[in-house]
Amino acid sequence: MTSFVVRRLFQSVAVMLAVGLLAFTMFRFIGDPINQMVGIETTPEQREALRVRLGLRDPVIVQFGRFIWDAIQFDFGTSYQFKQPVSEMLAKRLPATLELSIVSAIMAVLIGIPMGVYTGLKRDSWLSKVFLTVSLIGVSLPSFLIGILLIFVFSVQLGWLPSFGRGKVIDLGFWTTGLLTLSGLQAILMPAFTLALFQLTLIMRLVRAEMLEVLRTDYIKFARARGLSKRAINFGHALKNTLVPVMTITGLQFGTVIAFAIITETVFQWPGMGLLFLQSVQNVDIPIMAAYLLLIGFLFVVINLIVDILYYVVDPRLRTERGLGV
Amino acid sequence: MAQQDLPAGGEGGPVVRGRGALLTGRVRRILDSDVVFSFRQSKVTMLAAFITLAMVGVAMLAPWVAPHDPYDLSTVSLLDARVPPVWVEGGDPRFLLGTDDQGRDMLSTIIYGARLSLFVGFASVILAAAIGISLGLLSGYRGGMIDSVIMRIADVQLTFPAILIALLIDGIAHAVLGAGSKEDSAFYVLVFSIALSFWVQFARTVRGSTMVEKNKEYVQAARIIGVPPVLIMIKHVLPNVTGPVLVIATINLAVAIILEATLSFLGVGIPITQPSLGTLIRVGQDFLFSGEWWITIFPGVALAALALAVNLLGDWLRDVLNPKLR
Repeated sequence: MTSFVVRRLFQSVAVMLAVGLLAFTMFRFIGDPINQMVGIETTPEQREALRVRLGLRDPVIVQFGRFIWDAIQFDFGTSYQFKQPVSEMLAKRLPATLELSIVSAIMAVLIGIPMGVYTGLKRDSWLSKVFLTVSLIGVSLPSFLIGILLIFVFSVQLGWLPSFGRGKVIDLGFWTTGLLTLSGLQAILMPAFTLALFQLTLIMRLVRAEMLEVLRTDYIKFARARGLSKRAINFGHALKNTLVPVMTITGLQFGTVIAFAIITETVFQWPGMGLLFLQSVQNVDIPIMAAYLLLIGFLFVVINLIVDILYYVVDPRLRTERGLGV
Repeated sequence: MAQQDLPAGGEGGPVVRGRGALLTGRVRRILDSDVVFSFRQSKVTMLAAFITLAMVGVAMLAPWVAPHDPYDLSTVSLLDARVPPVWVEGGDPRFLLGTDDQGRDMLSTIIYGARLSLFVGFASVILAAAIGISLGLLSGYRGGMIDSVIMRIADVQLTFPAILIALLIDGIAHAVLGAGSKEDSAFYVLVFSIALSFWVQFARTVRGSTMVEKNKEYVQAARIIGVPPVLIMIKHVLPNVTGPVLVIATINLAVAIILEATLSFLGVGIPITQPSLGTLIRVGQDFLFSGEWWITIFPGVALAALALAVNLLGDWLRDVLNPKLR
């Protein structure tokens, strides 16, 4: 167990270093950081002095080490465009993105699992067919289009929900939340649903497939033979066994959800990290791009690590031999 | 079963018969194959194929089919701006689906936009396939160091969603090329970034099949008589690993079209001067609130239909060509 975890940890660090190298390359070699800091009237000597002072004349490997060391301490430099520390800007927008992602993940699970169970149990009912068709559309349509359609129906036509922003936000000091006010809750409904839709369909199809699989197994037949109630069989035995893959997928997908938040945040002008990243791509604001890359990379690596270790704990088969085969 | 029937057409046909007989024999064999049978069984697939073909056809013939030329500024008049569709009050019979804010006919802009979307989709899938197949062949045939380097890069890339990678490459490309180059290079940058975010799937699949193929007798025979490795890879291995590639390409075409639309919607794709469907939707979004819904809804519907149809075709192709799933 320990050796597996240690090996897996080393791998994660290696991947993080690779991502870090990419971010550093962007940071250091694309565009001239000095040009972004000084005005036109600065003389070449002054520029050179600044270069030396900032350590841009050190060997590249030293610079890379310093970049990584700074990144570990959450120092990502200063934004070219806003002239503010990148870490502060990201920290300010982190709550918005996390709230959106978590609410959408909860939505996806709460709607997706029941739909999956229903379509798995009643394969031929018309409602199942409707669910499956809708899910196909949900997978096929780009999420920004769904967002726009929602805005068109619920904001423009019906006027029920706000079309942009977070609504009224309460500042808790370390965290700003929109979940405690009515307007905040109204505002999160559409973006969260848009973000949830893809995951929702995924969960629904997964639960359905797993249910169909499990219902065919011997222990379900045996449970029926024992005369257990349908309810006990379907939920106590069948559903329980479908939940492990569902949890894995939901966990693994969480990183994707945060990445997809870029799109949702743009459609609904949600003031999160994704919107900041997108603006930085449009304005070629390299420090923000590099920091976002590192942050998302870190998130993905951590999620993958946790899922792998959980697998190892849950599934004894992996403990033999080379296990995950990585 | 289908696989055995189909490719046999080439060598298997008797030489004694005339050319016409050979051809009809081949056609009949194709018509009798499982693929065509399953195609004719599924009404949804036929509809999807029809929509795809119709849209590709209309897009290819755009200059002759479209009622107006949206790029020809001399025919566009600002006086015609924001005319609603014909069936709405105030509509103009010259503009079936209304006009946008610059007075361009919506139907024509959509046709030209779909043309661009399809073009980007095809170009990026072909580029991705080219990169992925070459690297996959190399990786699978050579093995060793090259293999592990390529596959590690693929692993790392696969943990990140395509949209994020495409956005990053797009941002980096614009930073390297300089801000002024945005207009003319946008198309190439877009194709390049989508292709680079897709190559992994091709590479992995091709690598897997190559590793199986390279131990077969015909490859060994070729090696023994001294055929150079590159020639073996291209002439002998490649034709035998293309089956799954076709499926991945079709599925990825839908994803590429959606990705293009998403990037254009986010404002980092095709510029507004030659709008693709995604760009049209982004521009139209601003008019949603002032009641000019047709500027964004119609391109949206066109995109949705295209993505859904290509997706359905891809799903069908995957099921047919993969006997395991049956």
